[in-house]
Amino acid sequence: MTARDPAPAPGSRGVVWLGAPSFPDAARIALGDTRLRANLKRATATIRDKRVAVASELDDWEDLRDAAAAIKNRTARHLDHYLVRLEESVTAAGGTVHWACDAAEANRIVTALVQATGEREVVKVKSMATQEIGLNEHLADAGITAYETDLAELIVQLGDDRPSHILVPAIHKNRTEIRDLFTAEMGRWGQPAPENLGDDPRELAEAARRHLREKFLTAKVAVSGANFAVADTGTVVVVESEGNGRMCLTLPETLITVMGIEKVIPTWSDLEVFLQLLPRSSTGERMNPYTSTWTGTTDGDGPTEFHLVLLDNGRTDTLADEVGRQALACIRCSACLNVCPVFERTGGHAYGSVYPGPIGAVLTPQLVGIEQAASLPFASTLCGACYDACPVKINIPEVLAHLRAEAVEAKRTANRLPTAEAVAMKAAGKVLDSPRLLAAAQKAAALGGRAVARDGRIGRLPGPLRGWSDTRDTPAPPVESFRTWWRKNKEGER
Amino acid sequence: MRIALFITCFNDTLYPDTGRAVVTVLERLGHTVEFPQEQTCCGQMHFNTGYRPDAVPLVARFARTFAGFDAVVTPSASCAGMVRENHPVLAARYGHAGLQRQVADLVPRVYEFTEFLTDVLGATDVGARFPHRVAYHPTCHSLRGLRLGDRPLRLLRGVRDLDLVDLPAADSCCGFGGTFAVKNADTSAAMLADKADGVLATGAEVLCAADNSCLMHIGGGLSRQGAAVRTMHLAEILAATEGTP
Ligand code: SF4
Repeated sequence: MTARDPAPAPGSRGVVWLGAPSFPDAARIALGDTRLRANLKRATATIRDKRVAVASELDDWEDLRDAAAAIKNRTARHLDHYLVRLEESVTAAGGTVHWACDAAEANRIVTALVQATGEREVVKVKSMATQEIGLNEHLADAGITAYETDLAELIVQLGDDRPSHILVPAIHKNRTEIRDLFTAEMGRWGQPAPENLGDDPRELAEAARRHLREKFLTAKVAVSGANFAVADTGTVVVVESEGNGRMCLTLPETLITVMGIEKVIPTWSDLEVFLQLLPRSSTGERMNPYTSTWTGTTDGDGPTEFHLVLLDNGRTDTLADEVGRQALACIRCSACLNVCPVFERTGGHAYGSVYPGPIGAVLTPQLVGIEQAASLPFASTLCGACYDACPVKINIPEVLAHLRAEAVEAKRTANRLPTAEAVAMKAAGKVLDSPRLLAAAQKAAALGGRAVARDGRIGRLPGPLRGWSDTRDTPAPPVESFRTWWRKNKEGER
Repeated sequence: MRIALFITCFNDTLYPDTGRAVVTVLERLGHTVEFPQEQTCCGQMHFNTGYRPDAVPLVARFARTFAGFDAVVTPSASCAGMVRENHPVLAARYGHAGLQRQVADLVPRVYEFTEFLTDVLGATDVGARFPHRVAYHPTCHSLRGLRLGDRPLRLLRGVRDLDLVDLPAADSCCGFGGTFAVKNADTSAAMLADKADGVLATGAEVLCAADNSCLMHIGGGLSRQGAAVRTMHLAEILAATEGTP
């Protein structure tokens, strides 16, 4: 099915949680949570400053960004070719490749693969693709428990919560909240938290390590995501900072990797560019602590079975959009989130999908169809900070504006009557295309504005402008517009 | 050099003083400014809100109105950015070959005011005097859109007796974003609150910028709080001299 099919159910593609309240409503709820705002502000500011510092150390930073954008561009143009090449290389190396056109198919494939092993537990290393398709929930329905092993993912899972950031899914929680959560919940999932656990980060990490260790040592099946997959060699790459991912990737007997089809890159040497850009852009580190790469299976070392699930789920439709396809270049570094003033205030949950922040605002509507997420492209001031920060130079403001037009167009085709906004825009267009009508409107605005103004300022207004006027005064229009003044004072001189 | 002023619909209606200031400064530097009355709006509101086809007649009008000029100067970074970035996009998508040519021909001659003063006229001292404590807010469109860099600051530093103070978190967005402030009023208000705090922390008497829209937003918030800070377009500061208060 395609994104343009008539009225699919919200989130039917599987991008979980979609159909939550529209962005403005979800944002209002988030904005009311002062602790959340404080956590976000502190966390994003810290990462933001670190990123700027380490990026400026490289004098070829801009060249690297250009190179990354070029690689991603080229790959996208010949995506079919590189994917087939990837399948050949993975198969030749002893792995099995599965193609999934949507979330349901991917979930079916993974569930069947786990069931074939006879296991009822899997360990997982952070994977956005599996969050996108709601794999954990799906496995649970089939009686299989998935244990998240990334620290932040673990926090989210224990709290029965949702990730709110790509890289720091628990960014909305501070350490006291995390300590309380560990103490209350760890025992239900396995090794309980030690008595009198403190909220020192080292202590928290140690508690998590002990909790996870027993899982790593017993699990026979692991599910992972992928940061990159090299078409030429069939090598899959995961970068992470805790080493838990490496445990998942090496200890179990069966490894199932789920990745979006846009993660393929042509050659091994292309990695060089991304491995410089990614850690600097995401955590502000020069190098990420653990980079794991694996190519099919190797006798006597690591998993004996390897499955690669290639997930489409709206990506080929996205690829068909000349402007929008840029979003597929994303390497999920989260730099755009950390610099986004909107994200900083609202957090990730307001975006209603696993992809929050600026990239979510352009990716989600494309993956699920604009009708399902029409408020997201408007969840930005178009301030451009995301574009400047993006290591692969995705012009997010350009895509946002493009998708706004698509959202308006989708509404126009869906409704028989034009919306109030469309009527107003049409009317404004008429006025603005005529100097005579504009002058008349200015005169009317000056009269009307001055009638309601006090001391030259207009206070609270009713109707659609209420949100604006609740916190801001508006200047009363002056008696004389510029054009009137010009005609009276300057025209004669010429 | 034939210089046209593109006042923008917003300034025309709400901030005529800014237009007068631009004229004053350019005339002081020995230039004559023309104001083609056929001009209206760059189409930014329609474009950014998703009503692209409705912006096309405005693009055509703009190209027609300003075709004969050597330079089109506008006291709005966001409108200059709209013309430069998006008029070609709209002309390519909806326009005929003639419009595309007209737009492509005109766009390189469209300048934001401070850009025109520094890059084209080579002026950083425009003969202004403004004995006040001033903070400058680099709006997103001037900072990241047009990359005005320190041009506005160079001009402000050229003003006699002006005490220029640093605005904390200057590069963060004020939360205006055109219809964003209406569609996402709560988030916008949260951003505004932080910006207003930053402005108040400077102790500045005047906050200036190269865009009146952002200033209306920030000034509206400050005024609601009862703060004494005035907002002024940068052009008005550059137009001020001995005689002005
Ligand atoms: S869009 Fe760019 S900045 Fe944002 S997460 Fe993706 S790669 Fe990083």
